[in-house]
Amino acid sequence: MDSGIVSYGIYIPRYRILPAEIGRVWGQNGTAMGKALGIEGKSVPAPDEDTVTISVMAARRALARIDLDPSMIGAIFVGSESHPYAVKPTATIVAEAIGAAPVLTAADFEFACKAGTAGLQSVLGLVNSPDAQVPIEYAMAIGADTSQGAPGNALEYSASAGGVALLVSRENVIAEIKHTVSYTTDTPDFWRREGMKYPSHAERFTGVPAYFRHEQEAARLLMEHMGTEPSDYDYAVFHQPNGKFPVRVSKMLGFSKEQIQPGLWTPKIGNTYSASMLMGLAGTLDVARPGQRILAVSYGSGAGSDAFHIEVTDLIDSYRRKSAPLVSEEAEKKIEIDYAVYIKLRGKLKMEGE
Amino acid sequence: MGRLAREVAVIGIGQTRFDEHWNTTFRELGIEAGYRAMEDAGISSRMIDALYLGNMSAGLFLDQEHISSMIAEVVGLTEGQVPSTRVEAAGASGGLAFRQAILDVASGLNDIVVVGGAEKMSDVPSSVATEFIAAGADQAWEGLFGATMPSLFALMARKHMHDYRTTREQIGMVAVKNHRNGSMNPLAQFQREITLDMVLNAPPVAEPLGVFDCAPASDGAAAVVLCDLKTAKDLSEKPIKVIGTGQGSDSLSISNRPDITSMRATKAAANRAYEMAGVKPKDIQVAEVHDSYTISEIISLEDLSFFEKGDGGPATERGDTSLNSLISVNTSGGLKARGHPLGATGIAQITEIVQQLRGDCGERQVRDARFGLAQNLGGTGGTAVVHILEVV
Repeated sequence: MDSGIVSYGIYIPRYRILPAEIGRVWGQNGTAMGKALGIEGKSVPAPDEDTVTISVMAARRALARIDLDPSMIGAIFVGSESHPYAVKPTATIVAEAIGAAPVLTAADFEFACKAGTAGLQSVLGLVNSPDAQVPIEYAMAIGADTSQGAPGNALEYSASAGGVALLVSRENVIAEIKHTVSYTTDTPDFWRREGMKYPSHAERFTGVPAYFRHEQEAARLLMEHMGTEPSDYDYAVFHQPNGKFPVRVSKMLGFSKEQIQPGLWTPKIGNTYSASMLMGLAGTLDVARPGQRILAVSYGSGAGSDAFHIEVTDLIDSYRRKSAPLVSEEAEKKIEIDYAVYIKLRGKLKMEGE
Repeated sequence: MGRLAREVAVIGIGQTRFDEHWNTTFRELGIEAGYRAMEDAGISSRMIDALYLGNMSAGLFLDQEHISSMIAEVVGLTEGQVPSTRVEAAGASGGLAFRQAILDVASGLNDIVVVGGAEKMSDVPSSVATEFIAAGADQAWEGLFGATMPSLFALMARKHMHDYRTTREQIGMVAVKNHRNGSMNPLAQFQREITLDMVLNAPPVAEPLGVFDCAPASDGAAAVVLCDLKTAKDLSEKPIKVIGTGQGSDSLSISNRPDITSMRATKAAANRAYEMAGVKPKDIQVAEVHDSYTISEIISLEDLSFFEKGDGGPATERGDTSLNSLISVNTSGGLKARGHPLGATGIAQITEIVQQLRGDCGERQVRDARFGLAQNLGGTGGTAVVHILEVV
């Protein structure tokens, strides 16, 4: 058996803001904007939620589905572009909170929206090195974000919050990761400089030369390596900056609507950035059966894509999925808020003493 | 009004596709258009006596001035230290560069001259491009008060609608027509047809103008080879003669003009070109006019005397400006659909007219085209250049 996913857990903040409400404030046709982006609403973190708490929730839920002493986890990498601290790792807080500390390695990753899958590739490398001086049996990769767009920017319609934790090992695997390949270039489509509050993006340049090129190249490379075609996969998951791009790229590559449907969550919750593709993968694992194949491709601006060939094992039948919320359940737990509450929650109001 | 001291003809044309060329540099765009024009003319760079370049603002868009030397180098003209000159008049830079080249050849100083136009606008975000484009209006009297180029044309549109009962629909029909023409032009930025509904329901840019009323920001280059008619007949089977050139200026700010529903610079340039050419507006079969905004095409149709004042809108609605109707206007797709890389536009207008007069336009060919006209505007009409070309 190849190494792969032993368990997974997700977390999505409950608050939602809808495109029509954002449009109302900025004098735009928000409903049309939402339709154009394929987004019905986006999750908004509560004032006591950040990338750390979201990561901890996702990690705890991954552990709730299996029987594992958390101290067996030898590595935790948290990928995010909204780590609460510029200096001081998110991963150490998560490790302590879930009882994995102190004998483990931990670090934070950043690669725009694909930091989570960069972490996943790294933990796979660790568990696949049994001859290492300190072999690591279990390792966790987390993708989590509380990203935001500048007020009035188009990103405001999509940038949301959420997190996904994947526990990997060589044993007790519910989904083998048979192969992974990355496609990386220096493509400045989206960035946030040190000290800047909000990210900038290069408008349409984020499309064809950035997202579509890297997603397609990585997916094609993976299928070339594996000798597979789109029809060999039961499911496909792509990064979801909005509801339209993943649909379009899947069509370009020759995948059907049915193949991507279980993994398409941005339309309901917005773009959870580092968790975006992983949330789709979690939603797909929520319904996957033994023997099914999943092609999963992340995308991170700057830019790169990580592609994974995943095969679901028989162990998924005895796996305790119901011990933690499924993506479909979590996405439905929602409290709608207006723009005023939204800007309060997102810290966009200047408070006394600030 | 003067005459050209000797006759001048176009013997070669070249254009890159107008588009968002993310992976192509300004230099490369210049090379592609330049070499295509030289290849079309069947000349080598050693035969070129001078180079003229229309470019509005490589300085703002690319932090690069002195592009006359840059382009001369990449098209192989610096070995012979061939003179190269950049010409600037905002959106009319290309048309004005073409005129300088004509004057050069007509003067007898040089025999074979290449004139190019190029702009690369996609390196900056659209908000920044909007500011740079506004540098073609009056910064002290317009820009400082928040006016952008589309907002100034929106004022003209409102006044035209008020004074002449021009309808929003008529203005929108310009975009529908030009997109239809663009769909037949493989070098156009936009090659899809649009509907009037799409134009009317598009997000507003500066009311009444919406997204589909505005030419896009584009990357692209175009070039033509000019020479004296005698040399042209030696080198080319299908030379196209330049029979009229006219230029006019007006105040930079629209606030200093007696009427903003008309552009005096266009009228003057057109009258001078018509007089030199000895032709009347009704003699023209095909025209490229400066539709940086849809309203600009309607105003230009009137200023070029193709239609009575106030009839630009109704004429468009009647289909009189559609392909192979009364006069075929913007068969290339115009600035709206072909794209508008500022400095390249005036040259691309010439390449379209030459292609039409050669009969090489395929499905967008104007039947029996003998006289073609190109009108190129700088900003809101502070500069206008009009050229009339004829089949030899």
